[in-house]
Amino acid sequence: MSDLHTIRLHVNGQPHSCAIPPRLHLVDMLRDELGLKGSHLGCEHGVCGACTVEVDGRIVRGCLTLAVQADGTQVRTVEGLSDLPDARVLQEAFVKHNALQCGFCTPGMLMAARELVQHKPDATREEVREWMSGNYCRCTGYHAIVDAVCDVLAQRHQEAAA
Amino acid sequence: MSSVVHTQDTPLHDLTQDPRYIGHSPERPSARRLVQGQGCYVDDIELPRMAHVVYWRSPVAHCRITRIQADFARRMPGVLLVADGPMLAKICKPWVATLGHLAHMKSAPQYPLAMERAYWQGEPVVAIVADTRAQAEDALQYLQVEWELLPAVVNMETALDPSTPVIHPELGDNLCFTRSLDTGGVDDAFAQADQVVNTTFEFGRHTGVTLEPRCQIADWRTAEQQLTVYHSQQAPHMMQDLYARQFDIPESSVRVICKDVGGSFGIKVHAYPDDFATVALSMMLGRPVKFVADRMESFTSDIHARHHRIDARIAVRNNGDILAFEIDDLTGIGPFSMFPRTSAIEGNQVVNLVGGPYKHQHYRAKLNVVFQNKTPTCQYRGVGHPIACAVTEGLVDMAARAIAMDPLEIRRRNVIPDDAYPCSGISGIKLEGLSHQACLDKLESLMNYPALRAEQAALREQGIYRGIGIAALIELTNPSAAFYGVGGARIASQDGATARLDPNGGVTVMVSVGEQGQGNDAIYTQIAADAVGVDMAQVRVVTGDTEVTPYGGGTWASRGAGIGGEAVLLAGQALRANVLKVAAVILKREVGEIDLHRGQVVDANTREVLTPLTEVGRIAYFRSDLLPNDFTPELTVTRHYAQRDYPFIFTNGMQASYVEVDPDTGFVKLLQHWAVEDCGRVINPRLVDEQIRGAIVQGIGGAMLEECLYDDQGLMLNANMADYLVPMCAEMPDIHVAHVQTPTKSSQLGAKGAGEAGTAGAPAAVMNAINDALAPFKAQVLSQPFTPEKVLKALGKV
Repeated sequence: MSDLHTIRLHVNGQPHSCAIPPRLHLVDMLRDELGLKGSHLGCEHGVCGACTVEVDGRIVRGCLTLAVQADGTQVRTVEGLSDLPDARVLQEAFVKHNALQCGFCTPGMLMAARELVQHKPDATREEVREWMSGNYCRCTGYHAIVDAVCDVLAQRHQEAAA
Repeated sequence: MSSVVHTQDTPLHDLTQDPRYIGHSPERPSARRLVQGQGCYVDDIELPRMAHVVYWRSPVAHCRITRIQADFARRMPGVLLVADGPMLAKICKPWVATLGHLAHMKSAPQYPLAMERAYWQGEPVVAIVADTRAQAEDALQYLQVEWELLPAVVNMETALDPSTPVIHPELGDNLCFTRSLDTGGVDDAFAQADQVVNTTFEFGRHTGVTLEPRCQIADWRTAEQQLTVYHSQQAPHMMQDLYARQFDIPESSVRVICKDVGGSFGIKVHAYPDDFATVALSMMLGRPVKFVADRMESFTSDIHARHHRIDARIAVRNNGDILAFEIDDLTGIGPFSMFPRTSAIEGNQVVNLVGGPYKHQHYRAKLNVVFQNKTPTCQYRGVGHPIACAVTEGLVDMAARAIAMDPLEIRRRNVIPDDAYPCSGISGIKLEGLSHQACLDKLESLMNYPALRAEQAALREQGIYRGIGIAALIELTNPSAAFYGVGGARIASQDGATARLDPNGGVTVMVSVGEQGQGNDAIYTQIAADAVGVDMAQVRVVTGDTEVTPYGGGTWASRGAGIGGEAVLLAGQALRANVLKVAAVILKREVGEIDLHRGQVVDANTREVLTPLTEVGRIAYFRSDLLPNDFTPELTVTRHYAQRDYPFIFTNGMQASYVEVDPDTGFVKLLQHWAVEDCGRVINPRLVDEQIRGAIVQGIGGAMLEECLYDDQGLMLNANMADYLVPMCAEMPDIHVAHVQTPTKSSQLGAKGAGEAGTAGAPAAVMNAINDALAPFKAQVLSQPFTPEKVLKALGKV
């Protein structure tokens, strides 16, 4: 439809150069151009959070961010989380508490949870519930997700005290 | 965390010789894959030469299609095909969704794409297929469809009025199905009552909002005349049968594959018009075609559910005895009954289930299921249960208030006692074994009822209005062929499992019931490991492929654990027996002298290890020369199971909700929720807890937030995720779950379903809690969802 723009970015630490139409959304580029299918499309209008990815250290909606906006950035997706010790702890807690059922929201949930753990290490259970409200889950009823995140926060406090 | 009690003081008997997994909560095999983003949902699959379809859907509730001008769209880049209803009707037969056992039910023929008329906003009319999704969507902007607006039947209340247009003139009226039930003696019971409560309950039309939209890839191979459909679906064999019949091709030419499914809840157990359209397009093009609904079209094309208006009354004596219930239920289901399960089941269930937990002797019910020009409705998690439960439990609470009796007390007095089973419920349903009394006692202690009442009273003194709501429920699970098969629908009530010993000593189990996040893969692994006698790590479960697994019904009506689980148990036991036969030949021992224990063949008496399973596998598969000529190892076995003792195996439970209502704003804060659940033998307590919790929140969604809002022209006003409210994390309460176990005797496993009970009871518990909080104001809300506006209206403030 239109001229292609070439952007350069790092995704999960790997350099990429992509020639893309300006209207392409970041999550579509990640999924369709780079084959990173872990970020999901639930609503495509910025509500459900299933497409949440990290751009330069902050989480964004992949369905509202244009791929061209990611030019020159460091992007992280769920496929890159397992390389990070703090994310692995969250993944383990999600498995332990069964904080996922169908798994479709989970990549976005983990992104949001990781930012919470980084920025609000003293969050109460209510604050965890508030923070995680940007991501929809239709399966779990959220209780187990809140348990998993609170478990990780408690673990970090124990480690800090030790 | 959950706690487990049994109806008997003794623990449940062991099912297997060395029980290590059944009854425990090991990790789900698929969880680790999903947290690492390694799921495989339909939209993640890319096939060579795959094209993409988008649908032009009716923008209005009822119209005549007068002209489709597709020339511009056809000339757009990448466009491969533009097709309309008459083109697809040449290769796909229409269907009429009725069931033989629902007397005089009627519906009209439905096609993959609308023919001369479109009957609801969102009905697919024209398909555009292009090389990419973006190209197809671009071309959609250049498609011109001309239509003539027709009068729409929007309001179900007036659908049967003589002045209302008839949607399908050939049917004579807008009545899809009607049913009456009368036990007799109802008028006398009401005449003899000390108190009669009359009221009307309303239930908002809502939908499932699976986070992964409906999606499929149809791949018709012209050379082989073979259809493969990758589908986000709950019942792959049902779809295989339907594709074969509607396209008139052999069943063996159709393969349906269901990989990871991103939420289903009943939304993905139906056959949608666009399912058939996408297959037809693949056949016309001879290449794979992918369809992924976007969120807007999900809201108007996924089935809706639960729109009912029920006039209801209860007769009670001053001593608390419930004498009778009576209901008159009206429900609007859209312009067609949904294929193939029909849209009459929900109302039918309401009639069957109202009053279900109680021992009253008189009941009268009337049901009208009517057509209208809105999105079709059909079975969504709970199917009629949340409606029946809210009507029943709402009436019970109102009766208790009328005679000044505690809500727990009136239930304790009226539930069918735990020692009365098996028996029949008043609507004629057969109840094998329930535990209302045990659940009530357990709930009372779990929630610390007296202390909570004291807290409520103390806070009320301070002007804080909290309420406690109780709900007793029954849930239909483990269905027999009585649900669909007897009505002529080719939906299997039996399921099968194939268990194979692999050469390395591992066990592969292929099961006809799939996995959509409930954890069926986990419980089948647990059951197989215990039944065969190997570590869970040695078991791999395969589901979701009609070409691989035995034939079966899939996941619906809470049947995965009770039906699929029993098939796995039987297959595992049979494989264990066959392994021991092979081992006995190899070891030159009698079968009775040896045993299989944790992956090894041991001496039955001394428990001395004789040989590992890896050695049995090696000899059986690679060294048949070492075995006698007249002996062939059979290390792959298949077993099937159908529940035939009862039409359904009912479960029961009790829920309680604790809320705070702000009388100035109408906002309701959900503080706590409790659930005591009896699903028979609990195979995995954590997974049952999570089914209950997730289902409760879905029930709360319908009770508090979710509603498909329509204008008077039949246009949906909030068909997007920002305006259609679903429960979010911060608004939901912590949910405390406990279990009572009354195993069904209809299977060895003793498991009943657990997937829908949470949704069944939650709306009633929340409604009763809100109305308990509003009681000092002599106000109540009975119309779901209970929005702040409705609360303020009840309080007379707006």
